[in-house]
Amino acid sequence: MNQVSRRRFLKITGAGAGVAAAAGALGTLPRLRAAGAAGEKGQRTVPTICDLCFWKCSAIATVRDGVLWKVEGNPEDPLSRGRLCPRGTGGVGAHFDTDRLRAPLLRASVRGEERWTEVTWDEALGRVAEKMKRIAAEHGPEAVALFSHGIGGTFLRHTMKAFGTPNSAAPSFAQCRGPRDVGFELTFGEGIGSPERTDIRNARCLVLVGSHLGENMHNTQVQEFADAVGSGATVIVADPRFSIAASKAKHYLPVKPGTDIALLLAWMNVLVREGLYDKEYVAAHGFGFDAFAAEIQPFTPEWAWPETGIEPDTIRETAREMARHRPATLVHPGRHATWYGDDAQRSRAIALLDALLGSWGRKGGFYQPASMDVPTYPYPPYPKPQRGSVDNPAREDGSGDRRFPFASEALTTGIREATITGKPYPVKGWVVYATNLIQALPNQAETIEAIRALDLLVAVDVVGSEIAGWADVVLPEAAYLERYDELDVELFREPFVSLRQPVVAPPADQKPNWWIARELALKLGLGAYYPWKTIEEYLDRRLTGAGLSLATLKEKGLVKGPRPPIYYEEGVVPEFSTPSKKIEFYSVQLKEKGFDPVPRFTRPAAGPPGSFRLLFGRSPVHTFSRTQTNPVLAQAMGENELWVNADAAARAGVATGDRVRLRNQDGVVSSPVRVRATQAIRPDCVYMVHGFGHTAKGLRRALGRGASDAQLLTRYATDPLMGGTGMNVNFVTLEREA
Amino acid sequence: MARLGMVIDTRRCVGCMDCVVACKTENQTPEGMNRDWITYATKGRFPDLRTTIQSERCNHCDEPPCVTCCPTGASHVHEWGGVVLVTKEQCIGCRACLASCPYDARYVHPDGYADKCTFCIHSVEKGQDPACVSVCPTRCMHFGDLDDPESAASRLLASRAHHAILPEAGTKPRIFYLE
Repeated sequence: MNQVSRRRFLKITGAGAGVAAAAGALGTLPRLRAAGAAGEKGQRTVPTICDLCFWKCSAIATVRDGVLWKVEGNPEDPLSRGRLCPRGTGGVGAHFDTDRLRAPLLRASVRGEERWTEVTWDEALGRVAEKMKRIAAEHGPEAVALFSHGIGGTFLRHTMKAFGTPNSAAPSFAQCRGPRDVGFELTFGEGIGSPERTDIRNARCLVLVGSHLGENMHNTQVQEFADAVGSGATVIVADPRFSIAASKAKHYLPVKPGTDIALLLAWMNVLVREGLYDKEYVAAHGFGFDAFAAEIQPFTPEWAWPETGIEPDTIRETAREMARHRPATLVHPGRHATWYGDDAQRSRAIALLDALLGSWGRKGGFYQPASMDVPTYPYPPYPKPQRGSVDNPAREDGSGDRRFPFASEALTTGIREATITGKPYPVKGWVVYATNLIQALPNQAETIEAIRALDLLVAVDVVGSEIAGWADVVLPEAAYLERYDELDVELFREPFVSLRQPVVAPPADQKPNWWIARELALKLGLGAYYPWKTIEEYLDRRLTGAGLSLATLKEKGLVKGPRPPIYYEEGVVPEFSTPSKKIEFYSVQLKEKGFDPVPRFTRPAAGPPGSFRLLFGRSPVHTFSRTQTNPVLAQAMGENELWVNADAAARAGVATGDRVRLRNQDGVVSSPVRVRATQAIRPDCVYMVHGFGHTAKGLRRALGRGASDAQLLTRYATDPLMGGTGMNVNFVTLEREA
Repeated sequence: MARLGMVIDTRRCVGCMDCVVACKTENQTPEGMNRDWITYATKGRFPDLRTTIQSERCNHCDEPPCVTCCPTGASHVHEWGGVVLVTKEQCIGCRACLASCPYDARYVHPDGYADKCTFCIHSVEKGQDPACVSVCPTRCMHFGDLDDPESAASRLLASRAHHAILPEAGTKPRIFYLE
């Protein structure tokens, strides 16, 4: 059967063009397009910034005979060092994606049915402006909220502030890194930021608590992880799953899900009890160490053993290993940190462990990042909103405290709740930019309930995501390779400013976000806030203010400043903007608000008998739920799998390759997903990559492929310190498909 | 004459598939067909496990059965670097080479010819690395002349334990994995 005869071969060749057209493959699309490319011949390269995730690596795109060919790292870029991650390399697919939105759409039937009428930009933006004005007249401009993610949201944020609303949030805080940043802010007076200020490259001992670098593909982090591994750094990984990072570890600790705080307390207990911590550093910079030491005194490795499943000898050995390499021991703060609802305290425990090891501010630990001074555009002052934001209102107990006293950014889920309850005041309009709220927020029923309470939902997106499917007006954005964006003024070891600029034209009637934001502002009568006519004018004005020019950035892609001192060893002066101006081992401000001044462990609630805890994470070839229709990346990974411990799978009667549906504790059932029966995960949990199991009709390439963890996250545990939504609190059973 | 080969440090590799994606964009391979791929193997019992990750492709063997079995001479050893290539105009799509390859490195292109990794000879001839090597964010891949003892690839082979895939097939593969 495998033999192909000469006759068959000739037939295939004859049908070549037809096959190519039908396949819609990346390999064939450019050739089809080449015919129509306005006579451009030869090869050209354009420096720009990647947008496949939000790391903002500088890239160089190559166009061949008018057709986009490839995108590579810019060798001058401190973030990518000339090498993009697989998503960035597959970025050409964002341009060629056949599932892209092509024209503005107005909803033509009930919300969520995804029936549309194509309209002009004038009509679409006119409708949005008219609705926003009506909402403002009835409820005030504060009743319109913006959800956005990434640098592309800059101009829409500007328009919304000019409109007069204080309500603007990104899922990157309450659904991702928020607890981490708050835990570090409470301890050192500063958060971690993005890119993380972690000096992985110089670490001699790297400790990852649930962080799966290598699968989580933030480029610089993974490059430096490989450097650290390559140079023989000791890697310690605590994770319920034997991750790629775990496979590089000298010590793999298969910790019970939800017990990381117990492990962290026991590690600190060993360091203090055995006198292995950095006494000089703690004496110089620490506040409340004695009270802290007294608090953690009971939490011995023997105490932690039954909680975590990690043997006392292993806890001691790994703690000593950390001490041996300090201060070049980096206990990594992670990134996606919203797990169990006590996440800010877990992050604070990580921060305290780093403090004991003296790694904050030190080489191989956490460096002090720097940025260039690029003045903002001199806009007129924004109108002052009549009311504060809805996401984190004052408590009703008269204490003057906000509901989540330590939230340092706005809460998406807070806006959602206010939209449902109408308290502290009604929210009637959502503008959603580049974030698929249906997949990003836990409990989809709540998101949909909030949407039903709206008078206006606008989605700005590149593809017809689930949130776009619920929208009244859908605005198709140009892909990153087709547009200018706000400048990236980056905080890093060496400061730099970089430019995203168009490489090729959009394939249809898609528009860049800056144009959309500006046109909307004009229709809202806010023209005074857009004194510039073109984005080039805006960018050049900012750059000129920094002694640079748009022409330079267009040619080079980025301009670097001198690298300043970044470690205490190099002369950085230790400064902590905490209440005590020190590293707070004991937090008086936490105690005053009724929280544990030193983190404590609470055993997580168990699931129903026979169920698995549902865990989720990242793939190196996809970003959130944004990239599954990218024709290049879909070839690298077209659906997700469910990791099930091989022994548990055998007991459940499922094997690798079987398709199962997951039923959660509230009866929600997933779409079918293939089982990966493996030894590489604990038997009490299952794991899948986030972002699959799409339901939006417009995402043809991804529709129904794999399962959606987000759909199963009907429960979440809200962090009382900062409002983060802990999502690893759901349990599932497996139902085999016939 | 150069003898081009690849040395891949499995300790640094995280299996991110950037090499796979880069090959796809660089060489515009047809949908669902890849010239390189990643294999993951986990051995042991939880939690005492070992995972090995390998970025695999045509081994550009010193004794390539795909060349000797080719009835038309389309499969050939390139005069420079010993790279195994296919002249697509001469290929009749008979699949003999697909059957002979111990690495399953070839596929038939929808246009009817056998296709596979070329070591990105179009770039290598300009002094650049193959796309999979130049893109790798972990810098785990090294390309060079295995006959030149001073090449990075040769020096790594001399200094670290390594293996090839299926050496018992006797084709003398030229991609090596550092352990």
